[in-house]
Amino acid sequence: MNLAPHLPALQVVIPLIAAPLTVLLRRRSVAFGVALAASWAAFVISILLWMQVAQSGTISYAIGSWPAPWGIEYRVDRLNSFVLVLVSGIAALVLPYSRASIEAEVSPQQHYLFYTMFVLCLTGLLGITITGDAFNIFVFLEVSSLSTYVLIALGRDRRALFAGYQYLLMGSIGATFLVIGIGLLYLMTGTLNLDDMGQRIASVQGTRPILAALAFITVGVSLKLALFPLHQWLPNAYTFAPSAVSAFLAATATKVAVYVLLRFYFTVFGESAVFAKLPMEEMMLLLALAGMFAASTLAIFQTDLKRLFAYSSVAQIGYIILGMSFDSVSGLTASIVHLFNHGVTKGAIFMLLGCVTLGMGGTSLARIQGLGKRMPLTSFGIVVGGLSLMGVPGTAGFISKWYLLLAALEKGQWWLVFAIVLSSLLAAAYVWRFVEAAYFREPRKDTENVAAMPWLMSIPTAILVIAIVYFGLDTSFTIGTATDAAASLIRGRP
Amino acid sequence: MLTPEQAIVASMVVPLAGALLISLAGRAPNLREAITLVTSVILLGVVLTLLPVVLGGARPQVILFSLLPGLQIDFRVEPLGMLFALIASGLWIVNSLYSIGYMRGNKEAHQTRFFVCFALALAATMGIAFSGNLLTLFIFYELLTLSTYPLVTHHGTEKARDGGLVYLGLLLSTSTLFLLPALVFIWYIAGTTDFTVGGILADKLKPGELAFLLGLCVFGIGKAALMPFHRWLPAAMVAPTPVSALLHAVAVVKAGVFSVVKVIVYTFGIETLALAGASHWLVALAGFTIIAASTVALTADNLKRRLAYSTISQLSYVTMAAALLAPLSLIGAVMHIAAHAVGKITLFFAAGAIYTAAHKTEVSQLDGIGRRMPWTMGAFAIAALSMIGLPPAAGFISKWYMLSGAMDAQHWLAVSVIILSTLLNAGYFLPIVYRAFFVLPPADPHGHPHGEAPLLMVVALTATAAGTVLLFFFPDVPLALARQMINP
Amino acid sequence: MTGATTHMTLSGHFTYFIMVFLMIAGLFIVISRSNLIKKLVGLGIFQTSVYLLYIAPGKLIGGTAPILSDAFTVYSNPLPHVLILTAIVVGVATLALGLALVVRIREAYDTIEEDEILERDLKPEGDGKTK
Repeated sequence: MNLAPHLPALQVVIPLIAAPLTVLLRRRSVAFGVALAASWAAFVISILLWMQVAQSGTISYAIGSWPAPWGIEYRVDRLNSFVLVLVSGIAALVLPYSRASIEAEVSPQQHYLFYTMFVLCLTGLLGITITGDAFNIFVFLEVSSLSTYVLIALGRDRRALFAGYQYLLMGSIGATFLVIGIGLLYLMTGTLNLDDMGQRIASVQGTRPILAALAFITVGVSLKLALFPLHQWLPNAYTFAPSAVSAFLAATATKVAVYVLLRFYFTVFGESAVFAKLPMEEMMLLLALAGMFAASTLAIFQTDLKRLFAYSSVAQIGYIILGMSFDSVSGLTASIVHLFNHGVTKGAIFMLLGCVTLGMGGTSLARIQGLGKRMPLTSFGIVVGGLSLMGVPGTAGFISKWYLLLAALEKGQWWLVFAIVLSSLLAAAYVWRFVEAAYFREPRKDTENVAAMPWLMSIPTAILVIAIVYFGLDTSFTIGTATDAAASLIRGRP
Repeated sequence: MLTPEQAIVASMVVPLAGALLISLAGRAPNLREAITLVTSVILLGVVLTLLPVVLGGARPQVILFSLLPGLQIDFRVEPLGMLFALIASGLWIVNSLYSIGYMRGNKEAHQTRFFVCFALALAATMGIAFSGNLLTLFIFYELLTLSTYPLVTHHGTEKARDGGLVYLGLLLSTSTLFLLPALVFIWYIAGTTDFTVGGILADKLKPGELAFLLGLCVFGIGKAALMPFHRWLPAAMVAPTPVSALLHAVAVVKAGVFSVVKVIVYTFGIETLALAGASHWLVALAGFTIIAASTVALTADNLKRRLAYSTISQLSYVTMAAALLAPLSLIGAVMHIAAHAVGKITLFFAAGAIYTAAHKTEVSQLDGIGRRMPWTMGAFAIAALSMIGLPPAAGFISKWYMLSGAMDAQHWLAVSVIILSTLLNAGYFLPIVYRAFFVLPPADPHGHPHGEAPLLMVVALTATAAGTVLLFFFPDVPLALARQMINP
Repeated sequence: MTGATTHMTLSGHFTYFIMVFLMIAGLFIVISRSNLIKKLVGLGIFQTSVYLLYIAPGKLIGGTAPILSDAFTVYSNPLPHVLILTAIVVGVATLALGLALVVRIREAYDTIEEDEILERDLKPEGDGKTK
């Protein structure tokens, strides 16, 4: 049976089937095996899809052979094939990592449930990315969110419970806002297919329900994005969740939300409506800058590494939104490429922090003193990640920053150029806090016995750290795809 | 033998390999020191193989990575870079000899880390010297800052850490805030950041924009210590003296002014700047820096502080001469990179020798010390002559060219700055020499007689003092390289 | 259904008024009440308003139930019902999950009032109390 034409469906179906399987097969190792197979299969499929799109253009797949726009359509183009590779790639690396990491952080009876939720979350994220139907986005969003709430609450600190609850409240509100927006769009255009909506919306542009829909969707997605000031759930969630969960979420969840925003703004609403009629540029610019500066500054004063890098995530998302606010090909390229680069960077950092938790027993700055001596490779890895956050040449973060600066220069906004480099200095400041504690302080007596790092953890982490440098030196995959995606988004609606 | 391309790569690989070996040999100090010396000699050898190639007119190139179209990490040897590499690698040998003597004489801790970071800093310096475009320069410039930070904070005291923070903070901030935007802007306008003869910005910008961009570059190159971003230099004096010698002669400051000259000549282009008149403000600012720093040096009693401000002043000579854009002054600027390097390193060697042997740090304590430390103070005297610009020291030649260039350009402000600062230099150097030799020492409160500094240190500073004189009599190589830079 | 509106009077839009009322009431409860279960109730009310938003416009004037028959030409739209069934299920799952979390929070903190929980967390404790 030829599976090739069904790849888009399989991308979602394989992890989806794996979820109930892992619940039924209660044994930890078997559940792990099923989950691992599913996520690696998903990764391979995403690569195949990317290659197919690169060669022959957008793929359109009708679920159940019901043709679009009446049926649900899975639509893979340059933009979401890129995001699919990121999400499934990170999952493929984090899953083996989590096998060792959750030994210390989650009680053994719950491990199989962890894998279930992980695969379910993966399903949701992949589904959001690949689907071409608006309501389907909501459904998969809720699938991924619900599993995320559970994953977060599995953390060993009791504050993880409240962090999960808080995220549940805010996330559900966000998703409901999104569904209100989708409802308004459906009322006005009569279709749920994203592509079709984009075409039909031309006749009802400028009507109040459409503007209201834009507002609801923006707010709803911004909650998921952790765009300042709707970011309150993020620091707690990332800090108290198990390290593998933080790594997975930090690298994927917010990035998929960015994708949703891009998809709605450019494919559905069309660039002109969003940017010409409403002051979206100014608003996004302001919020992005606020996020960049406020979150970076807050990060400098944190005493726990996970929390520090959680605030850093909020700041980095500000960069992505900043790129979008330029409404130019370079700006969008910067956003899309930073989506990928930051995903890789933060994934690596949180995986390294998980190693630190295993080795040192915690991630507070007081505890990790002298990490350079105790765990030299791990701290070097965190330094590399930090360099990428700062945007130092040779790392992936530099490429995104370059395009961001370029986009600002194209607009002639010199003050923005200085604002961007100033925020890199803030990033340097909070990375410095880590370097100072790790390299210029003596290690504590009670951290003398550093647990050996299981290879299940060290290899995926090393791969991701190497990826940070690799994608900083070889940009053919990232920039190539991002530029194409940005160009097609801007060209968009006729 | 090595092809030029291999030599370029080797110039960075050799110090890196040396750093690795040094870190492994930490337990065997003699072996470790030997590795440092051998590495530095090999490096000089590698660099020397490139000299005849460059003098012959070839410009070998190596491309490492291509990040984006028009944006790559590559290396290209040209006359100015050749000179800088020669100075750095040559003086590293002498500095290593001196460092060994100093570290052992003062029984310093963390010696392995010291020598490893030295090697890393030299690798970064070679990267700067041979960089083929502004991006590569920027990368290795930052690497130099990072690799010298542990050297600055070597002593680990509160004071050392504060000094280190000022050092790191100021240098990183200026390069990120100013040089990086300039880099992106240049790429945006010119489509490349390559260093090309004649510059890459011809006919692309208005005079005001050129001046603004020049400002971004020059202020972004904080290592050139142009005011008001000069504070890192005196702050870095908390470092042990061999580090100050490295910072103020060999690597860091020379990287700064080298980058300034390189950017002026190869990114902006002399013609472009001259046509637009975009560098006049720089002449004035550099002139101000020269005078202001010299004035502070006059009143500084701490010897290293005085030398630090003297350095700030001397660096701005190079900046000012380059900004004059006259052929003769440019030759003077290049020559001064060499002359100042050899002279200043001698002065710092002497300061360190005085500290090691006599535990004295203030100028007022140096009465009569010339009798006990004749070699040290003799070398100091010769180097002081070079700073002032008197024969038979190399500083005379560079100052002569700079003055001629200023007069050629009829820039009377620059001329008067050079003359006035010469007097100021004399004012803060000659008294030290005079009092060291011709004034009786006071009764020593410490009560312990001291002699000369340890042998290795004396050897080093005598060598560099001799170098200053030799450079006066045989300035052919730097002059030839400078002339090639002007007339490619 | 495209652009279908009833009479342009206030009473014609009363479903939307109810919807907005429920939405705001729900949100207000979530924000203002510190009891965790009450917050979940507010969330439920908020989500209910969305159901109304979808379903109410689905009923067309003169439309009959969406079962094919030769006697009728105008049918009400069945799609919103399908969508809302999905949304209801999502809401139920969210509620269940939320309540489960509240039970665990009660076990860990001995309270389900938000301010008390935050207070209890401010008290210094090692690297994090386990549950």
